[in-house]
Amino acid sequence: MRVMVFVKATEDSEKGLPPTEDMTEMFEAMGKFNEELVNAGVMVDGDGLKPSSAGKRIAFDGASRTVIDGPFAETRELVAGYWVWEVKDMDEAVAWAKRCPNPMPGPSELEIRPFYEMEDFGEAVTPEIAEREQRLREKLGGE
Amino acid sequence: MAKDEIRDPTNRAIEAVFRIERARLIATLARMTRDVDRAEELAQEALLIALTEWPKSGVPDRPGAWLTAAAKRRLIDGVRHEAMRTRKQAEIARELDEEPDMGVEAVEAALDDPLGDELLGLIFAACHPVIAHEARAALTLRLVGGLTVEEIARAFLSNEATIAARITRAKKAIAKAGVAFEVPRGAELQARLASVLEVVYLIFNEGYAATAGPSLVRPPLCAEAQRLARILAGLMPEQPEVLGLLALVEIQASRLAARAGPDGRFVPLTEQNRARWDQLLIRRGQNALARAGALGGADGPYALQAALAACHARARSADETDWARIAALYDRLGDVMPSPVVELNRAVAHSMAFGPEAGLRLVDAIADAAMLRNYAPLPAARGDFLFRAGRHEEARAQFEAAAALSGNERERDFLLGRAAACAV
Repeated sequence: MRVMVFVKATEDSEKGLPPTEDMTEMFEAMGKFNEELVNAGVMVDGDGLKPSSAGKRIAFDGASRTVIDGPFAETRELVAGYWVWEVKDMDEAVAWAKRCPNPMPGPSELEIRPFYEMEDFGEAVTPEIAEREQRLREKLGGE
Repeated sequence: MAKDEIRDPTNRAIEAVFRIERARLIATLARMTRDVDRAEELAQEALLIALTEWPKSGVPDRPGAWLTAAAKRRLIDGVRHEAMRTRKQAEIARELDEEPDMGVEAVEAALDDPLGDELLGLIFAACHPVIAHEARAALTLRLVGGLTVEEIARAFLSNEATIAARITRAKKAIAKAGVAFEVPRGAELQARLASVLEVVYLIFNEGYAATAGPSLVRPPLCAEAQRLARILAGLMPEQPEVLGLLALVEIQASRLAARAGPDGRFVPLTEQNRARWDQLLIRRGQNALARAGALGGADGPYALQAALAACHARARSADETDWARIAALYDRLGDVMPSPVVELNRAVAHSMAFGPEAGLRLVDAIADAAMLRNYAPLPAARGDFLFRAGRHEEARAQFEAAAALSGNERERDFLLGRAAACAV
């Protein structure tokens, strides 16, 4: 199964701190962890994101579209980086996440979210529904 | 282990940690004992110890080192127990015992193995040419993938007894030949690596183009093969053909969801809904292919096949496929990996690039190859060329012949459908 692992933002990550001694150490530990993930065939993608001060939000309400410039307030709900892992189950994802070095100088959080897969819909997906889904995807794909 | 224990969340967490460490643990133990069975037993015993200790002490910082130390202590106890029987074993016990620093720290240092040599050594042993072909895949899935015999049997649509016997024979072959659990060096490396890559690709293909049974694809086997290819690429990043194989399986796997229609029927490449292709896997495949090329490996058999797959991945619709480039890549592949199957695919590519007559000319040249005598894709391709050349009656006979040869029910339906379409 494929999961996305979010590194949640903290006040430090939102400041976009310049690298300090501590962080060099953290980067090293993170580099080692990433290497482990790659060598175990688990990591398929991942990257870090700039603070929300560099971001924008587009708010929808009916026909209106409002652009809101960052930074955004609710720091703990922001994302500072992500991985995409391929694991056998959530237990394995959790086991890997627990051995991740703390990605931030202070307290921080990772969040693991599985991708939707066709099996998730189980028997609720009749061939007709699956076909409609496929037609929809075809339209989305612009073909 | 009792089912209740598995359901317990603490035990499940411990099991998950164990699964991550299992292959490397077995690799280390197999190297120590030169006995795969014993290594598997010791690993299992280490898990049982962890299931007792970790709920009290918490999961250690370096669980791999902890498990290895626990298994090693078990090994020494066992050897000591037997020590009275033969002097030789007593010596082994003393040797093991006299090794300084039996603590976790020492094992930890030994495990700090950035090259991953131990795990690689296990993979090379499981794919050793002394083992029968079909047993290499089963043993690799068992030892490296950590699949149970039941899971492997289900994956290969076989029964547990057959797979268990296959694995036992494979282990005996390893023991009899005195296979070292090490990465071969020098000239031997390339030949042995070829065998490893072949096993990984065989596992992938068994999942991707199920040769038998009711279901067209078996994604769990593809996922296992992808993981193996990714591990190999992580541990041997300087080997272009490893990257070529990785590129090939990533790009092929990107089409898994599009390959079977909603009713489970086979959907040929040119008719697949490209919006369902997994762009993340395509990107990964293209990166791996570029790295293989940068290492001078663009003309390796796997890299060439990956380049072919990448051509399809690049085309936004079937009409945009660069068939002339595909035909040229098949010409090169035919040079480095001459085989009637490659020639058949080359014929298909040429028919798409230069017309059905070009395909028929090439396919006629290989029609008598013994390897293709019962090979359904041969009459299927010829049927397609004839159909496109307007020779519908001849095409139908070819599609029917192909359907009779196919072992996959879904593929058979597809071919019979094409035969029926010839009458219209």
